Amino acid sequence: MTYKSFTGGIPLVDSKLVDSKLATRGAAVEPCPIPDQLIIPMSQHIGVPAQPIVTVGDLVLKGQTIAQAGAFISVPIHATTSGRVIAVEPRLHSLGKDLLAVVIEADGEDRWDPDLTELKSAQWTPDTLRQRIREAGIVGMGGACFPTHVKLAPADNKPIETLLINGSECEPFLTADHRLMLEQAEKVVDGIDILRQALAVKQVIVGIEANKKDAIARMKQLVVGRDIAVKILAVKYPQGAEQVLVDALLERQVPSGGLPMDLGVVIHNVATAAAVSDAVRFGHPLIERVVTVSGPGITTAKNLLVRIGTPMQKLVDFCDGPRGEISKIIMGGVMTGQSQISLEAPVIYGTLALLLFGANDLPQQDAGPCIRCGRCVAVCPLHLLPATIADYAMLGRFDMAQAYHVMDCMECGCCTYLCPAFRPLVQTLRYAKAGILAQQGRS
Amino acid sequence: MGHQLTMSSSPHLHGGDTTARIMRRVIIALLPACGVSIYYFGLPALLVLVWCTLGCLASEALCCYLSKRPLTLADNSAAITGLLLALNLPPSAPWWLCGFGAIIAIGIGKQVFGGLGHNPFNPALVARVVLLISFPVQMTNWTTPTPLGRGIDAVTTATPLGEMKTAIMLTGYLPTPSHDGLTNYFVGNMAGSLGEVSALALLIGGVYLLLKKVITWEIPVSYLATVVIFSGVMWLSDSQSYPDPLFHLVTGGLLLGAFFMATDMVTTPITRKGMIIFGSGCGLITVVIRLFGGYPEGVSFAILLMNAATPLIDRYSRPKVFGYDRHKVSHKEKMAGGREL
Repeated sequence: MTYKSFTGGIPLVDSKLVDSKLATRGAAVEPCPIPDQLIIPMSQHIGVPAQPIVTVGDLVLKGQTIAQAGAFISVPIHATTSGRVIAVEPRLHSLGKDLLAVVIEADGEDRWDPDLTELKSAQWTPDTLRQRIREAGIVGMGGACFPTHVKLAPADNKPIETLLINGSECEPFLTADHRLMLEQAEKVVDGIDILRQALAVKQVIVGIEANKKDAIARMKQLVVGRDIAVKILAVKYPQGAEQVLVDALLERQVPSGGLPMDLGVVIHNVATAAAVSDAVRFGHPLIERVVTVSGPGITTAKNLLVRIGTPMQKLVDFCDGPRGEISKIIMGGVMTGQSQISLEAPVIYGTLALLLFGANDLPQQDAGPCIRCGRCVAVCPLHLLPATIADYAMLGRFDMAQAYHVMDCMECGCCTYLCPAFRPLVQTLRYAKAGILAQQGRS
Repeated sequence: MGHQLTMSSSPHLHGGDTTARIMRRVIIALLPACGVSIYYFGLPALLVLVWCTLGCLASEALCCYLSKRPLTLADNSAAITGLLLALNLPPSAPWWLCGFGAIIAIGIGKQVFGGLGHNPFNPALVARVVLLISFPVQMTNWTTPTPLGRGIDAVTTATPLGEMKTAIMLTGYLPTPSHDGLTNYFVGNMAGSLGEVSALALLIGGVYLLLKKVITWEIPVSYLATVVIFSGVMWLSDSQSYPDPLFHLVTGGLLLGAFFMATDMVTTPITRKGMIIFGSGCGLITVVIRLFGGYPEGVSFAILLMNAATPLIDRYSRPKVFGYDRHKVSHKEKMAGGREL
């Protein structure tokens, strides 16, 4: 059987990276204990930071709004347990700098805000659903954290015809979405139904990578009679990237510089769908997510249901601590995640995973000269010439880098992964992109 | 956690393949051809291999020392140049020819441009052509193969391509084909450079490189296909004056060139389309030289000429970037300094 796919990318079939998922793919999601203190950053999403509306000493309930959206492309943020606000100040963020956060001391009772209620299906219209999703502070749970309500509010001249649900989870080690589709399939499908009504679209396609056979079977079982198609995707990184997913499932290319919306397509992640279901059925805002804690440096790899704001140290402790000396901590996947300077920073909406590695687990070498093998060209899902662009960038020729379409780069990192000379290709392309944006800002 | 944590930008994972490993695999792929040359030509062939390889390693080390750069022998590329140079020389090549060739290959062919990755021309071929022009007598002194050194001392003879060229020039017609010519040519029982003799050994190495994904199919296939099609058309038009495509395939340096030298990553295009243009160009020039040129063999010249065209090919064979309409020039391209790309 041939699976839906795209040109380029790294096929992970039969590689040791597929095995990387073995550690947690069979591990049922466990709730991570709520820590004494939760650090809830105001910048977890793409867009303007949220503005705190609580002050030190305020008592808050689980699900209560503690910060309001800063703009349309922003979301409100909610208390993730009940307790007392003990600080509103910059705290270490997973980005590696101190950013404004609300710190809550848990009272241990974990009481819901009684005002949170179901949105009755009689009241469902695209507007009410969008309003509810916006109030619940839901963002894309696939890692980008773009506010979901914005993607439910298409421009009048761009009617949406197709809803794609992303269940590819193509990065090594990650199994959070896999477990969610297996254990909470009803909730995911319910969320997909709600999203479909919020967008008023007919065609709905769920894309899942072929390495999640059990999740595919479960989802197929549940969508019967609902007019939702479940399509199997090739096991290949970066299958879950938006442009690539549209190409694989619909065989259409998102125009350069455009959005899937330009093709009448909107993409939401399976975990986002589950959060939408919670928001509409129970009024529960986004306060937790499933995090895969894995990597060779963790004693017991697990999938954890974690409250937003839980310091990463707590997750490591709950997984029986580190194994051996740790030399790298990554929040997110190994291909796109952020390396961490400590375990103090809290889990945020985009924390797909927490991965720990020892010194010998991630071999690195000094960069050598480019031998022009062309692997970066063959692997680039967007058909760029990474080596050529990197050469121009290092010469300071940003004009040529731009002419070679560096601004189209989605930074998947396939080029760096394959480069036999260990050249930091995608990193150099990022440098060029930042340089070009800075030049444009000046002129 | 009191110790140091590594901070770096993603991706954090590497596929594990390294330049040194790629080069090591090329060396492994060349070993069958080296073995066959020793089988047919004995000690002289072994000496040519040793002198060329040692010469290249020594030249590389010397260049690194003189330019005060770290020693680069560990990337294995100098050893490949040595082996390829040896396979491009006749078995009778004296030690000084090997040494001079090694200095030319590494010094002029590679290091003056900045070492690995920066040379526009295939270093081994640069050396071969310099030697061919400077020492035509020593470079065309072909020995009859004598398996395992049996039989008599080295007897001078002509290569199949040389025989063809001479016969055409003298009589206007091809020489009468020998009884089991093609089989002998295929296994390597013919006169020629060390690496020209055995099509079988070269194919084994080439398939190994393809399976290990060191090279891709584009260049060898387009090169060989062009040779077969072009020489086939000529043969069909006049089989008295032009040899058949199979003869072209198994004689001379074609397979060595197509699998090991036209696929040299540094000096060939990086795009798939570019590789096909490169291979086809090599095929075209090879056949033109073999059939109409002054030299019996044209593989070296063909590859070097196409090496020179590589930057141009790269520029005009860029893949269509994802999300662009093929027929529309984008706004961004226009804005990039009004440059024609």
